[in-house]
Amino acid sequence: MSARTHSVPTFGVAALVALAGYSALFLAPTERTMGLIQRIFYFHVPSAWTGFVAFFIVCVASVAYLLKRAPKWDWLAVSAAEVGVAYFTAVLVTGPIWAKPVWGIWWTWDARLTSTFVLWLLYVSYLLLRTLVSDSERRAMVSAVFGIFAFLDVPLVYLSIWFWRTQHPQPVIGGGGLDPRMWPVFLVCWAALLGVMVLLLRQRYLLEALRHQVQEMAMEAQMGDQSESFENKQVVRAKGAQ
Amino acid sequence: MKNLESLMAAYLFVWAIFFVYQLTVGRRVARLQAEIERLKETLGQGSR
Repeated sequence: MSARTHSVPTFGVAALVALAGYSALFLAPTERTMGLIQRIFYFHVPSAWTGFVAFFIVCVASVAYLLKRAPKWDWLAVSAAEVGVAYFTAVLVTGPIWAKPVWGIWWTWDARLTSTFVLWLLYVSYLLLRTLVSDSERRAMVSAVFGIFAFLDVPLVYLSIWFWRTQHPQPVIGGGGLDPRMWPVFLVCWAALLGVMVLLLRQRYLLEALRHQVQEMAMEAQMGDQSESFENKQVVRAKGAQ
Repeated sequence: MKNLESLMAAYLFVWAIFFVYQLTVGRRVARLQAEIERLKETLGQGSR
């Protein structure tokens, strides 16, 4: 990919991020009871939704790997898992910053917060699990099964508000609803975070592809060394026989 | 402007997370690209 084609989407996403920041800080209406701190919502909720999208990609890529056994699906799955963890780290950081002035506490072990933390832990475990298996095919296989299993927590996180009593506010869709003037700002922020996700995912996938290339080249170099030393031994033997 | 510091802290944290992550991935990519160049030289020498 040329530097020019690479920079066009990057500048597009950068412009979207700037627009999102401006809209969230200056264009969105101030919420009556919470005041300024409610504006965290414009990055907290879209981060969670984008994280869900990333984990959905992990699940789809894992299924595709189990069906096709092509390494590219495993590369996509691990890339999306790492990006998803970054998004949920943002969710778990911004949540308590909002909670302290609104609830008076940083954290509570209620259903929504706990299931979100468990989701984050599951995908961190997914990434750690990959470091424990050295054989690439076996690693891809185990990770694919784990990636599908971990996704089961995603609907649980979203539905936890209806299943259990929780302190967390109602969800935007199917819950308490949102002021119509907040929707455009919310959607711009989500688009910006989705754009950032695509860029991060592309870069992370490239890393995985390069890693594979290095492994193959290193193996080739090693085989070359072995055949060279074999040839040297043959020459020494031939000279000895003379 | 109550809670302005908290709001700014949250926004900074969000973008810092993505920026640091992008930086680490970029560095890992650069390291692998250098490794590929080194291996290309090694393989090139081997085939000569």
